Amino acid sequence: MKYIIAIIKPHKLEEVREALGAIGIQGITVTEVRGHGRQRGHTEFYRGAEYAVSFVPKLKLELAVEDTLTERTVEAIQTAANTGQIGDGKIFVIPLEFAVRVRTGETGPAAL
Amino acid sequence: MRSYLTRAGAAAVLALALLAPSEAFAAASINKGDTAWMLVSTLLVILMTIPGLALFYGGLVRSKNVLSVLMQVFFCFAMIAVLWFVYGYSVAFTNGSPFFGGLSKAMLAGVDPATMAATFSKETYLPEFAYIIFQLTFAAITPALIVGAFAERMKFSAVVIFLVIWFTFSYLPMAHMVWWWAGPDAYTLSAENLEAVKAAVGDAAAQDFLARLAAAADDTAKATVLADYASAVNASNGWLFNWGALDFAGGAVVHINAGIAGLVAALVVGKRVGFGREPMAPHNLVLTMVGASLLWVGWFGFNAGSNLEANGLAGLAFFNTIVATAAAAIAWTVGEWMFRGHPSLLGAVSGAVAGLVAITPACGWVGPSGGLIIGLAAGFICLWAVVWLKAKLGYDDALDAFGVHGVGGIVGALLTGVFVNPALGGVGVTDYLATDTSTKVADYVFSTQMTAQLVAVLTAIVLSGVVSFIALMVAKVTVGLRPSEQDERQGLDITDHGERAYN
Repeated sequence: MKYIIAIIKPHKLEEVREALGAIGIQGITVTEVRGHGRQRGHTEFYRGAEYAVSFVPKLKLELAVEDTLTERTVEAIQTAANTGQIGDGKIFVIPLEFAVRVRTGETGPAAL
Repeated sequence: MRSYLTRAGAAAVLALALLAPSEAFAAASINKGDTAWMLVSTLLVILMTIPGLALFYGGLVRSKNVLSVLMQVFFCFAMIAVLWFVYGYSVAFTNGSPFFGGLSKAMLAGVDPATMAATFSKETYLPEFAYIIFQLTFAAITPALIVGAFAERMKFSAVVIFLVIWFTFSYLPMAHMVWWWAGPDAYTLSAENLEAVKAAVGDAAAQDFLARLAAAADDTAKATVLADYASAVNASNGWLFNWGALDFAGGAVVHINAGIAGLVAALVVGKRVGFGREPMAPHNLVLTMVGASLLWVGWFGFNAGSNLEANGLAGLAFFNTIVATAAAAIAWTVGEWMFRGHPSLLGAVSGAVAGLVAITPACGWVGPSGGLIIGLAAGFICLWAVVWLKAKLGYDDALDAFGVHGVGGIVGALLTGVFVNPALGGVGVTDYLATDTSTKVADYVFSTQMTAQLVAVLTAIVLSGVVSFIALMVAKVTVGLRPSEQDERQGLDITDHGERAYN
């Protein structure tokens, strides 16, 4: 099993969800986060004041998949979240040791 | 609002009418239409402060300080309302010196539902209570405007001390100097008009002038007596009123006065912790837009209500309050779009407020074209003041009380002197002593008028500057101006008021 964390632009959420649905991914968790990579934020003006907003609003997607689905999942997210612009985000994949479904007590891939 | 009051009670008027029927004074009456308009205008001006100004300012601060700003504005309104009753009204609107009124109407002594306040037309009066409460709303919003300058970093106790002192020694004298005059009927020297004559110059002098008038042998002698009498009446008028400074609804009294206080407060209190290094973006521009719109709506009471009568001049002031404001909103937006790349909502509403400020002294004196130009000028100039001037000088006028009210007020006061000119569509300099004030005007002289406007502007700057500094020093030595750095970082909502806006 793999745990996939993706940071994407907020307005890309719906496209990513559709792409994941199309390859059969059922569970996903979304969190509103702020951060920056090489994009280094943007500038906002309020009357005379100019603020460099270094932490830009992003969405963090988290999902657990079976090993066999990992590559397709990453590809689906990468394709759907892509705009070609700076600040499109990142995808991280880490090994997942264990999973439990709270309702039934099932473990492993059956819990996903 | 320029104004005057007479003690001529209804009973006195009636008695005089019976004794010596005079068409002039017997006709003195209260018009129900005027009264209704003034009560509605009063409500509109109340709406400007609570919640209009409070929301406008509240949205502009960070979420940890929103309640502190709302509380400062709200409490200021309540506090001034009480002080107005106790001594404010009397000090601003009774005879005293040309700079300061007296205490003869402290606690509204002698005021009852039958007493009257003069308007700008002869023989036309308002119930004094309607006039008192209308003026109360002006007194209440003015100190509240200053709150924007020191927002997010001044202790509530210090704010209260500062505002009480400033109201007493800066607002009240300015209101007295600009608006206090004996009223149109006081200038009629005749036995039938005895009550008004007595109110203007005192009992003994009144009898003396009447005796001299009766003894005057020919027209030349009569003219001398009348001129002497007019000077005697003028002697108790406000100092700036006698200069002929035009301030229809409070450009100098309200906006320059508050704006300068804001500048001094921003300098003396100092910058917010983290100013220039940390983002201090407005936390809710939706509130700010709602507040600004309430200000605009309420300002029709402020400006058109200042005419004191529901007539064509009120209509002109009303129209100017639309056109100048709209022009200023467009000017600021376009300026920002050109130089900063975006037409921001905050820019548009800031421009609107700048336009409202600038048209305030002018609204009943200039024609709509003059109003349009004043609005455009205010939009661009205040944008410059807020974006470039403030950055250049480096003071932390948090919500631009000086940049919008001080600068916009000065622009408006000076341009009033230009566009009152009948040749530029203005109404000219009204002679209130004429029976029909809509037609008879004195000659407009550019240099004379601009001198008067300049004297008013400088008076407001000097008076408010000095009083503000002293008031801040008093607050500093008694309770201290600022919270600890840690308290300021945590936000005044929690540390000063023990509550949070959003839970």
